[in-house]
Amino acid sequence: MNIETLLNELFPMGHSVKNTENILSGSGMTTKGDIAVMGTTDHLAIGVETALALAAVTLKVLQNNPGQPILLLVDTQGQRLSLQNELLGINGYLAHLAKCLELARQRGHQLICLVYGEAVSGGFLSFGMMADEIHTLPDAKVRVMNLPAMARITKLPLEQLEELSLNSPCFAPGVENFIKLGGIDTVWQQPLSEQLLEVIGTKHDGDQRRHNGFVRQGRNFAFPVAQRVKGG
Amino acid sequence: MSDLSGIQRGHSYYEADARQRISHLLDPGSFQEILGPAERLTSPHLEPLGQPCSFNDGIIIGSGSLNGLKVLVASQEGGFMGGAVGEVHGAKLTGLLERAQDERPSAVLLLLESGGVRLHEANAGLIAISEVIRALLATRFAGTPVLGLIGGAYGCFGGMGIVARCCDALIINEEGRLGLSGPDVIETTMGVEEFDSNDRALVWRTLGGKHRYLLGEVQCLVEDDINAFRSAVINAIPTVHPLSLESLQQEHLRLARRLADYGHCRDGAEIWSEMGINDPHKLPLMDIQSFMATVADKGQE
Repeated sequence: MNIETLLNELFPMGHSVKNTENILSGSGMTTKGDIAVMGTTDHLAIGVETALALAAVTLKVLQNNPGQPILLLVDTQGQRLSLQNELLGINGYLAHLAKCLELARQRGHQLICLVYGEAVSGGFLSFGMMADEIHTLPDAKVRVMNLPAMARITKLPLEQLEELSLNSPCFAPGVENFIKLGGIDTVWQQPLSEQLLEVIGTKHDGDQRRHNGFVRQGRNFAFPVAQRVKGG
Repeated sequence: MSDLSGIQRGHSYYEADARQRISHLLDPGSFQEILGPAERLTSPHLEPLGQPCSFNDGIIIGSGSLNGLKVLVASQEGGFMGGAVGEVHGAKLTGLLERAQDERPSAVLLLLESGGVRLHEANAGLIAISEVIRALLATRFAGTPVLGLIGGAYGCFGGMGIVARCCDALIINEEGRLGLSGPDVIETTMGVEEFDSNDRALVWRTLGGKHRYLLGEVQCLVEDDINAFRSAVINAIPTVHPLSLESLQQEHLRLARRLADYGHCRDGAEIWSEMGINDPHKLPLMDIQSFMATVADKGQE
């Protein structure tokens, strides 16, 4: 879905979201009040400039609109792969973005993520995955790596990975697999404005993803192992 | 271990394995492992792939004391799948960080050596690292400092490169490398013209400990000696770095300035020269002492 259509469907009452060089910022009106909006378009690779721009938007919301819910709109092909970005310490820029979003949570902002395009590894990790709840559109694409690339790097036969993918959500890309693992909460259907309204105001008690992955039987070890370590 | 070479020149952090690093870093005999190898906690995803397992899934965690202070510690084993993070590995780390929120040790020490997500269980590994990031930052908000140590053969990359920079402070040796995408990943995807991963000198000028220190990405550069890491940790523990709107605004300005000042540079040596360092090409060859003397008051923003 293109971004203009998406914003109109999410905010039938109107919005002020601007798209500046594929970086979204602004706010949308809902019957539950205004909600801050930020994100990326056109599968933008998250580089140092992107991370800095999104962090700036976050800090501005913290300063000017304390407590306002924040909607993170995700469409990224992952992190920027370049010598220049590594030279500048891109991991530090991504960590800075993650810290700004964590600060938002600690200061009472609800973080809602909607993957409406692609969500891939590092770019997703430092942005959308920091949210309290993660939703997707039905045709969203979520992955770490596609199976052929994984086969090449792990030196395992593609056929074997394809076969294992049928029984394990761990390998292959896809929204359904991430739901089973607890990494995604729901798939939004039309009308999107109602789906958004429904979740605004939801209270969250910490990171529930490994618990959800356990309940959904997609990730059976993370929850009990972490509990054992935590508990003694 | 009957390695007598270690006695004279201290214990190399680079050459030690995950367990040796812990035992030389902490007060002697103080380490108590949590979910040790006897528990046989292996990854459930490797066996179906015909891959070897490890009884600690590549990470050792536990508690101990350092200079008499109580600490929790995690040490990634580069020798097992390059320290890559899978479901169990990540859950041990997340659990340890959450335990710190209850136990309130003087610090959590993360001995990081990892290529990031373990691709053999990619989806679970990515979510696991996200859980680590959230648990780490929550631990800091709860008031317990988290310190990262980097200096092994595999460096600290991928999602763990982000985790590293979520710590209060980082300590690195010259051999340590820190980044997001490894040179081989960039070369494979973008071509050898973008990043020649076989050019070792270029790799170190881009990702190595000295450059990371000059950029201000790490706070402390030490000799490749576990004792030097120990002293640096003892110095770092008392300084808490609170995460607040003010502190993140300051960090934001620092990062924006770095991009403005050095965004046009294509080589570490170019950045060092812009920092006002004479003969930047000599930096890679210097020992740590001469390096520190040469770069005093330079870099580190």
